[in-house]
Amino acid sequence: MRAERALTTLAVLAGLIGLWEGYKAFAEALHLSWPFRVNDVTMPHVWDMVGQLFEPSRLNGPLLLHVLFDAALYTARSAFVGFLIGAVAGFALGVALAHSRLLERGLLPYVVASQTVPILAIAPMIVIWLKAGWLSVAVIASYLTFFPVTINTLRGLKSADPRAVDLMRSYAAGRWDVLWKLRVPSAMPYLFTALKVSATASVVGAIIAEPPASIQDGLGGAIVNFNQYYLSSPASLWATIFIAALLGIGFFGLVSGAERILVSRAPERVA
Amino acid sequence: MSEVTAGSVVGAVPRGLFRRAGTRLWDFLPAVAVLVAGVGLWQVLVTVLHVQRFLLPKPTEIVSALTGNWHVLWSAGLFTFREALGGFAIGSGMGVLVAVALSRFPRVGRALLPYAVAANAVPIIAFAPIMNNWFGLLNPLSKMALSAMICFFPVMINTLRGLTSVAPESVELMRSYAAGETAVLWKVRLPNSLPYLFAGLRVATVLSMIGAVVGDYFGGSTQSLGVFIVNKSSLFVFDQAWAAIVVASVLGVGFYLAVGLVERFALRWHVSTRGTERP
Amino acid sequence: MTGGPPNASPDGAPAVSIRGMSKVFRGRGRGASEVRALEDIDLEVHPGEFVSLIGPSGCGKSTLLRIIGDLEQPTTGPVLVNAKPAHQARVDGDYGIVFQDSVLYDWRTVARNIALPLELAGWDRDRRSQRVTEMLELVDLTGFEHHHPWQLSGGMQQRVSIARALSFSPALLLMDEPFGALDEMTRERLNMELLRIWERSRCTVVFVTHSIAEAVFLSTRVAVMSARPGRIRGIVDVDLPQPRTNETRVDPRFFELVATVRRRLRGMEDDAGVVVTGEAEA
Repeated sequence: MRAERALTTLAVLAGLIGLWEGYKAFAEALHLSWPFRVNDVTMPHVWDMVGQLFEPSRLNGPLLLHVLFDAALYTARSAFVGFLIGAVAGFALGVALAHSRLLERGLLPYVVASQTVPILAIAPMIVIWLKAGWLSVAVIASYLTFFPVTINTLRGLKSADPRAVDLMRSYAAGRWDVLWKLRVPSAMPYLFTALKVSATASVVGAIIAEPPASIQDGLGGAIVNFNQYYLSSPASLWATIFIAALLGIGFFGLVSGAERILVSRAPERVA
Repeated sequence: MSEVTAGSVVGAVPRGLFRRAGTRLWDFLPAVAVLVAGVGLWQVLVTVLHVQRFLLPKPTEIVSALTGNWHVLWSAGLFTFREALGGFAIGSGMGVLVAVALSRFPRVGRALLPYAVAANAVPIIAFAPIMNNWFGLLNPLSKMALSAMICFFPVMINTLRGLTSVAPESVELMRSYAAGETAVLWKVRLPNSLPYLFAGLRVATVLSMIGAVVGDYFGGSTQSLGVFIVNKSSLFVFDQAWAAIVVASVLGVGFYLAVGLVERFALRWHVSTRGTERP
Repeated sequence: MTGGPPNASPDGAPAVSIRGMSKVFRGRGRGASEVRALEDIDLEVHPGEFVSLIGPSGCGKSTLLRIIGDLEQPTTGPVLVNAKPAHQARVDGDYGIVFQDSVLYDWRTVARNIALPLELAGWDRDRRSQRVTEMLELVDLTGFEHHHPWQLSGGMQQRVSIARALSFSPALLLMDEPFGALDEMTRERLNMELLRIWERSRCTVVFVTHSIAEAVFLSTRVAVMSARPGRIRGIVDVDLPQPRTNETRVDPRFFELVATVRRRLRGMEDDAGVVVTGEAEA
């Protein structure tokens, strides 16, 4: 079963690489210029991208892989702290909104509207306010994290079986007991779905926030850097993208693992 | 019988209409109250604490920047909105198509999931230089492509969930009619997936505007909101930058509400939009 | 569980006392209409009785049960449970309720599901686990402590639900078509088990059902209800000998009582047993 899963994953990977190289060969042979011109700059070979990792990132410097690995660790710290802040704040806000119709009607529109503000635009301002280096990056990352958690916590808390709520009333249970013994456990599947989205969002937020904060040690700085040199070394930017993706997957995997341990539910009957 | 038809033709004002209109207004009151209180508090705090103008401008300053530069802001807003709309259409369309394809071959879907998650974990700005390289810095298509990339995943994953969370009994019923997979798709899975699809579309509306604005970070047309914001920020003219952010935000919210309205119409039958009457 | 339940009503007082109660549901929205769910309900249930409520769909029997449990409030008329207002009885934990759906928590094991009301009442861990073991024995599910609800059959889930309802030894047990979703054989078996539990715990039971045979087999009295609006049309005393056994089901008197209840349901007989012809009822 495991072996079959691993084999299919590798097969899909091979398929994707094949698609990339296939399209590249096809478009170059036909000199296609729509939708875009295809050459070694716009579409580097996959093996060039991987190979670039084992080249020095600059003259006599450390290997690109090493540089990117360090950058990933740096970003991971801000992303993780941002994830925690966002998850806790989002959960608390969800609980508050679930308990007060008034609060929900008053605040929910702004919670949603908050996500329409492009983070890139307000990041410089937050950095100036907080003056705190990587911590301000974490705060910006938490801005992207709290929203899915709030929305899903709210939905999850409200999704408790009404008969189960009646049962709690028959025990004359107080609101605190109903919350922690019924609503929160009912909400766990929804909460973890949101946490999985937030895991990747926190990485994205951290990376986006680094350039405005003039932080160069993380993946965000690496992206800006390799953007400048894209024409001379396109593979470096692609390699950075891969590493960023791996970081996101790593976070996602951690949360998935936690879900498998913490959430026990009837297996879903779906076709 | 004739009274009934006459009544429906003339279209008498249904009893309780005004009551319903009144309830609607009452529903909005808390949100409006929060807005007024929030803006008021902002104004007071910034004035009283003598917060420096370049850190956080007062709401009044932002409003005057808004009115002062209205034409520029509005045309930039429309320009960017067009990019967002194009990206939304492309991204959502592809999302639905891929979801339908994956629902037919669930094993492929499960195998692709990690790659989809990985692709989603890469921040959009990493792809911005590549899109600029592919389509050209000033070509709106480069921003639409970014917007499409950001919309694709939520729509795809929500639609896929909707297509595959069908009760086994519904599918078995279709099999008892000897219906093929295509019929099952059209008659069972797609209708079942509509609520999920719309949930994904609503998320995508907001993201599409963000994608279009962020896409300009590495350069774009001076007619766009993104470039406007970046320029004004680098000049520390934050009140104008905030005014542009307000415009972007309002357009995003408007888009979200518009899709919400379409959803309410398309999902008239669904539990979440039906009223509940106690027996 | 020796002796009567700790929270039974004071000597002589009825377990449930309802006089002239009615319940009207007001609709919301356009053309708000009223639904008279229950009208002019008089009912007295004495401690230790087993009373069934039976009637056609929409006669309000579930609503009546919920009103006794203070999960709904009546429009008029006092409802006393254990000689207190229904609200107070609920707050004091005087009754346990079992629904047609077992309403067990997926995220808790069988043992923790049964312990839920005990946790809420603040019992300490040792006392809880001892009571859980007793309950599992009572419903014949010893050994299933660590199973999850979805691993059990429907009948077993309902037994857990009953164990949970009785875990804190309430004086009153309210049951809303608890065996409605089960097959006939399981239902008959659970009927016997329920009677056994009732005898041992000496609680009072108010039982809602669709099945005439079940109502007659289980009860000391059957309250027959009519619909639109819901009223109690009549009460049938079930004078079959206790304890009931499988032989009771083939006793001629059993069939007579079933026929009586059926006639009452169809409105063809009034309380005095006088036949009233010509009145059909859906």
